[in-house]
Amino acid sequence: MNRLRPDLRAIADAVAPQARVLDIGCDDGALLAALRAEKQVDARGLELDAACVERCVAQGLSVVQGDANRDLADYPDKGFDYAILSQTLQTTDRPDWMLDQLLRVGRQAFVSFPNFAHWRTRAALLLGGRMPVTRALPVSWYETRNIHHVTIDDFRELARAKGARIQREWFFTGEKPRSAAPNLLAEFAVFQLSRS
Amino acid sequence: MNAAPNALTLPQPLLLDGGGELVDARIAYETYGTLAPDRANAILLCHALTGDQYVAREHPVTGKPGWWARMVGPGKPIDTNRYFVICANVIGSCMGSSGPASTASDGRPYAMRFPVITVRDMVRGLVGLLDALEIGTLHAVVGGSMGGMQALSLAANWPERAQRVLAVATTSRHSAQNIAFHELGRQAIMADPAWAGGNYYAGETQPDAGLAVARMAAHITYLSEAALTKKFGRNLQDREAKSFGFDADFQVESYLRYQGSGFTRRFDANSYLYITRAMDYFDLAEEHGGLLADAFAASQARFCLVSFDSDWLYPTAESRHVVRALNAAGKAVSFVELSAPYGHDSFLLDVPALDRVVKGFLE
Repeated sequence: MNRLRPDLRAIADAVAPQARVLDIGCDDGALLAALRAEKQVDARGLELDAACVERCVAQGLSVVQGDANRDLADYPDKGFDYAILSQTLQTTDRPDWMLDQLLRVGRQAFVSFPNFAHWRTRAALLLGGRMPVTRALPVSWYETRNIHHVTIDDFRELARAKGARIQREWFFTGEKPRSAAPNLLAEFAVFQLSRS
Repeated sequence: MNAAPNALTLPQPLLLDGGGELVDARIAYETYGTLAPDRANAILLCHALTGDQYVAREHPVTGKPGWWARMVGPGKPIDTNRYFVICANVIGSCMGSSGPASTASDGRPYAMRFPVITVRDMVRGLVGLLDALEIGTLHAVVGGSMGGMQALSLAANWPERAQRVLAVATTSRHSAQNIAFHELGRQAIMADPAWAGGNYYAGETQPDAGLAVARMAAHITYLSEAALTKKFGRNLQDREAKSFGFDADFQVESYLRYQGSGFTRRFDANSYLYITRAMDYFDLAEEHGGLLADAFAASQARFCLVSFDSDWLYPTAESRHVVRALNAAGKAVSFVELSAPYGHDSFLLDVPALDRVVKGFLE
């Protein structure tokens, strides 16, 4: 099995065995396949890209092609133990609506995203005067699907405003975990949340 | 029409949604592959409106390969080296199962005395066949178009009978447009003087003209505009210029006429009336108190729905409607809209992505 991305590894390790999991924007199903193999979860996915859905279904995963911005509303309340949104929040139409939906369909939620306040991003804008193109955000401004850039501190503020309790958090620079001054030094963040 | 070699008579009368019953219902079927000792590798394949049990075997009337030979066979996505595939002619049809052309108890064909049936009645017949073959739980039930309706109906009404449900290019209900096209076909048949109120079996002539028109109209709904344009455009048929008459000047006219007349050689006009009626009556939510999610409440099966972006007969929105209901009911469901240029008929044609999805889902 391919090695999981660090944020997905953190999520996979934190999920309880036999849980019901919905991975929103599940891509080619790497996390779902790992969760099914390692934790025997009831794994479901939602993915926009037909080719990705096809690869998921070909692995025997239950994945629905659809637009999370719209289709998440069709899922019942607390139908899942975990709702997972990895590297997708910043691409959604309304991240605040999305966080509400995650906490509605899941008893708990995992959210991971690239941190726009990482010092490289800040430096690119401050010193270069250009929209950052970095290891964590490799696509130029006119091609990127990231329409709602977010920082770790912004996300904490949104979670607080939504009445979500942060249960655990993980920060990474590249593959390495990082804990000090994450809003400046972490490229990626993962939060585990529940509605308090 | 033809006496099929593999057929059985159901021991119990088939109780029908319309209130009547069908006594001594015959179900003609073909099987492919070998049933495992634990009887757990059976796949029920459900055919479409004008399909039949010859899914992967030469058709006895037309001599053509089976209608899904590209999907079903040794090493194919529905692998008959692994699975025991059963495909039966639905009741109401004309390839050996009980239908309007069958002989009634008075020794004459039923014709329009055959009871009006529903998709659920068809599935009742198929479940009767499974009972007779002593197959309790299917590895999967699979179908496209009307076959997909049967697959969904089986999942809703006999939830313990299938572990997997694969419904391709289908719908949970016939729309007004679907009904309208079918009514056009039925009226074409009934407007043919040779139809004679359905009592044409002993006559000199058959309602071939009406049935051909019905088929031509339906055939248009199975194709996309892009497919017709690519295949025919405005090309003329075997001529250099327009004839200023009403011959088949255009290739597309010639093609439709050929499709229509070919169809009359293998299909019974009354069967066309009965089966299109059954499809028009199909509304899975209505059968279950008006809420589609309730139809699937008792099912423990995994579902997979597939639609095609060029299918305007049962468009993606219809599959999504089913997926929404399955999600609301908390069922394990997969769905993908595949891109293919051929319209509704895409499910029968060369779409490699469909092969991969079917193979993967059945694993």
